Amino acid sequence: MSLERFISQAVSSWMSADGPDSDIVLSSRIRLARNLSEFTFPTVFKNEEAKQVSETIEERLNNEAFSDKSQLEFLKMDDIQPLQKRVLVEKHLISPHLAENSTHGACLLSENEEFSIMVNEEDHIRIQCLFPGLQLSEALKAANKIDNWLEEQVNYAFDEQYGYLTSCPTNVGTGMRASVMMHLPGLVLTQQMNRIVPAINQLGLVVRGTYGEGSEALGNIFQISNQITLGKSESDIVEDLNSVVSQIIAQERSAREALVKTSNIQLEDRVYRSYGVLANSRVIETKEAAKCLSDVRLGIDMGYIKNISKTILSELMTLTQPGFLQQYAGGPLRPNERDVRRAALIRERIQMETQNELGG
Amino acid sequence: MICQECNERPAALHFTNYTNGEKTEMHLCERCAQEKGELFMMNQGDGFSINNLLAGLLNIEPAFPKTKQSTFHQEEVIQCHECSMTFPQFVKIGRFGCANCYETFKEHLSPIIRRLHSGNAKHNGKIPKRIGGNLHLRKKIEELKLNLKDLISQEEFEQAAEMRDQIRSLEKELTDYQGGGN
Ligand SMILES: [Zn+2]
Ligand SMILES: [Zn+2]
Repeated sequence: MSLERFISQAVSSWMSADGPDSDIVLSSRIRLARNLSEFTFPTVFKNEEAKQVSETIEERLNNEAFSDKSQLEFLKMDDIQPLQKRVLVEKHLISPHLAENSTHGACLLSENEEFSIMVNEEDHIRIQCLFPGLQLSEALKAANKIDNWLEEQVNYAFDEQYGYLTSCPTNVGTGMRASVMMHLPGLVLTQQMNRIVPAINQLGLVVRGTYGEGSEALGNIFQISNQITLGKSESDIVEDLNSVVSQIIAQERSAREALVKTSNIQLEDRVYRSYGVLANSRVIETKEAAKCLSDVRLGIDMGYIKNISKTILSELMTLTQPGFLQQYAGGPLRPNERDVRRAALIRERIQMETQNELGG
Repeated sequence: MICQECNERPAALHFTNYTNGEKTEMHLCERCAQEKGELFMMNQGDGFSINNLLAGLLNIEPAFPKTKQSTFHQEEVIQCHECSMTFPQFVKIGRFGCANCYETFKEHLSPIIRRLHSGNAKHNGKIPKRIGGNLHLRKKIEELKLNLKDLISQEEFEQAAEMRDQIRSLEKELTDYQGGGN
């Protein structure tokens, strides 16, 4: 398969489309947890009951079209290859838990991968909507639409006091987790994250590295999400998150400005060195690739690099994970082989850009 | 022991995981563990860390506050009749077994829920249209009845009469709804 075709198949709409503030916010996500009232939760249910849950949902949803525009695909975890599952996980469409530990787990995917519904994950139903840029309200609207449609077909476990009943008490109430993925190289380079993270935590939000741990976030990509799900309305949760994210965006922008003012040439040097590594290396590990991709993306946002599309960070952070690399290679790879493949894929991807430039 | 992921390097890290009450073990080399770890971290939901955190949090709560009676006979273990989960089990795994567990463990639940949700113990968000259909109505009626009480105590009888009529018409709506009328 050609790389171009592989990418066009591999890239979800949130990675390639443009959204508000997408120089800093890579994506916005809403997840709703729901359970069916007549079955025990996946925590304890037996094989037979798990099967019934999956069949019930598949049946109801097959009978009722969600919308005439969107084609839905029902994928049973037991029917697909481990590698395919891994790719879905790497695309954030399903969770590792659904892929590896679920009983009669399944997922419902929309054609453009804007939303997915996980079946028999930690809860019977988990609705996820993923939008490019900062679009939490839009994602909430989309998730609500799916939720309303589902609620017409199945009986949700709902309680007057505790709201939507979930298997984990940390999700009860709205069952909603709203999150944004942010690229924050300016705040990391100016060493401000250690100050900002506790401040964000105090506001009832959780910060974590999306592809790594804590402040060691791979590719300077951080995920910020609401901690509590009970006692606040969905729109209040989204609004509170939005206002904090807007402040972080402002701080990131001023950190970038400060960097240009104080160390313009050093920053340009860093960006181009990383570009050189990506364009030329023959063996590259995840960590180095992530660092260089972050630098190059910053270089694009700051105007140092002009002929490369800015989607390269989200795209290659996804495509250079083990599952994708192996899918592209068409078979299993040992870790050291992956590093070689990763380097090759990145080189090719960058060549694609420069060729487009020459051709156009 | 050899790493079960790559079957190549010696396993340096050993994980135990409980799913559906079943114990699974993982033995990984450092390299594969790192890669698996990345995969876990990518789970934007609630990963392993939350689970552990919760178990720790719940354990702080005295699961069975010693009462005078309990010193006389065996401590009674609360168990959900729908899914057979016991309260100690819930505390251990940090997950409910079914919707009915919320009702079963009600007495012990409130402090736990409050601690997890910044002191909140009442849902204030979306109400499902179909199942929660009359919840909107019942909430409204409750609210008006409180108002009615106030008005009567303030001897505002004219307004109270209006309020009473409003409540009646809403109650009629509610019985219509429960009668299956659409
Ligand atoms: Zn290994
Ligand atoms: Zn139960």
